[in-house]
Amino acid sequence: MNIKKTSLYNLHIKYGAKLVEFAGYQMPIQYKDGIIQEHKYTRSHSGIFDVSHMGQLFISGGDDLTNDLEKIFPADLKKLKTNQSKYSFLMNNKGGIQDDLIITKTSDGFLIILNAACKYNDYEVIKSKLDNQYKLNLDESLSLIALQGPEAKNVLNKVIPGCDSLKFMNGNNHVYKNEKVYITRSGYTGEDGFEISIKNSDAETFVESLIENGSKLIGLGARDTLRMEAGLCLYGNDLDNDTSPIEANLKWAIPKSRIETEFVGSEVLKNQFQSGVKKLRVGIKPDSKVIARGNTKIYNDKNQEIGKVTSGTFGPSVEHPIAMGYVDNSYSTVNTKIFLEVRGKKIPANICNLPFYKKNYVKGEINV
Amino acid sequence: MSEVKYSKEHEWIKLDGEEATIGITKHATEMLGDIVFAELPEKGSNVDKDGTAGVVESTKAASDVYTPVSGEVIDTNQMIVDDPSKINEDPEESAWFFKLKIKDKSEMDSLMSKEEYEKFAKETSA
Repeated sequence: MNIKKTSLYNLHIKYGAKLVEFAGYQMPIQYKDGIIQEHKYTRSHSGIFDVSHMGQLFISGGDDLTNDLEKIFPADLKKLKTNQSKYSFLMNNKGGIQDDLIITKTSDGFLIILNAACKYNDYEVIKSKLDNQYKLNLDESLSLIALQGPEAKNVLNKVIPGCDSLKFMNGNNHVYKNEKVYITRSGYTGEDGFEISIKNSDAETFVESLIENGSKLIGLGARDTLRMEAGLCLYGNDLDNDTSPIEANLKWAIPKSRIETEFVGSEVLKNQFQSGVKKLRVGIKPDSKVIARGNTKIYNDKNQEIGKVTSGTFGPSVEHPIAMGYVDNSYSTVNTKIFLEVRGKKIPANICNLPFYKKNYVKGEINV
Repeated sequence: MSEVKYSKEHEWIKLDGEEATIGITKHATEMLGDIVFAELPEKGSNVDKDGTAGVVESTKAASDVYTPVSGEVIDTNQMIVDDPSKINEDPEESAWFFKLKIKDKSEMDSLMSKEEYEKFAKETSA
């Protein structure tokens, strides 16, 4: 397969990125400072993330678009105001998650941000479910740049004045170098921040100007530790085709107004809402310094297997190993003692609340 | 005179009489990135040449640490267990992993000199 490069590839090289292949793209796993410094810089200042590998799908055309999209996604799209965003899912008929995504209502339709590894399949699935009635554009002429951290709003405001008035999960059109850019206040680190959709040809100078204003490029390694501390799921690790949003503990993303209505997977979800689920995603805090990675088996105190870890690392801000995974629902209560099998040994751990790291906007608050 | 040699698994070993001090190379730490966890063999246990004798973990992944020679573990470095970031800071001096009473000095013969290791490290990471 041909490995793709984003519009920031040369910049990654310039700033000393260690590159890895991710979802068919050459992406920076880290730069010279390393994952821990990059992670901490994002929490204390601001970090720039190249997320151009993610899909930007624009759908427009036709009065029934909102209705037809509600038959696919369990979001309350009718109530969505222009420029407002919601976290939602593309599901299969079994209620399993094919992708998790952000839908924003635009002036003439919707913009859906898709995971890189899922985007081409999502495009085909959505297109076919819409019966080819609408205009779909998976726009690869645009880059996507996330700016995250307590200083993100000050840095971005210097480069694109006025963007600090955006509210969380809202977007708007702005202008950069006489070109339209679309900015949303969102992100995936547990910090305040923005995602900027910008023409490929402007991406490099835009990022350089963010760097000149005190921000730093951050790789996928720190993006992963940041999102784990924030208790956020990574598709392919924590979410997959055999896991429903209810099992993933993402019930909050299914509005009550949609539970009785029909969408792909609604039967299964309705049933799970009524009768509960067998497995549930939980936060896990090991007692010791041992790190439990994805696929680590989880046991109860009677040595019976009760689940498995789906993401695990050392949390640089909480300064402790952290993990999340799925356990039999009867073990999902906070403070339940569990055991993680790491290198043949059973490591004691506790079920804990998510997120591990919670921002209170004055000072970081640690939840471990 | 003490002799420092290197393994293909990126460990260094310093032999002083019967006592061998073992750690991981600077090159290894650069490949691993920020080290956040270290596990060492138990004092008094016996380890065999090329066998697992510890673990280091970065934020990304876990890697085994092997022993380049056989022997009895006579000391371990608690400092790197308490603060694994010391391994990134000073891998070839204060952040040693464990000390062995070497069983067979001839096992040193198959290991690389500093020059040979540097060449090996350069070739394998290219």
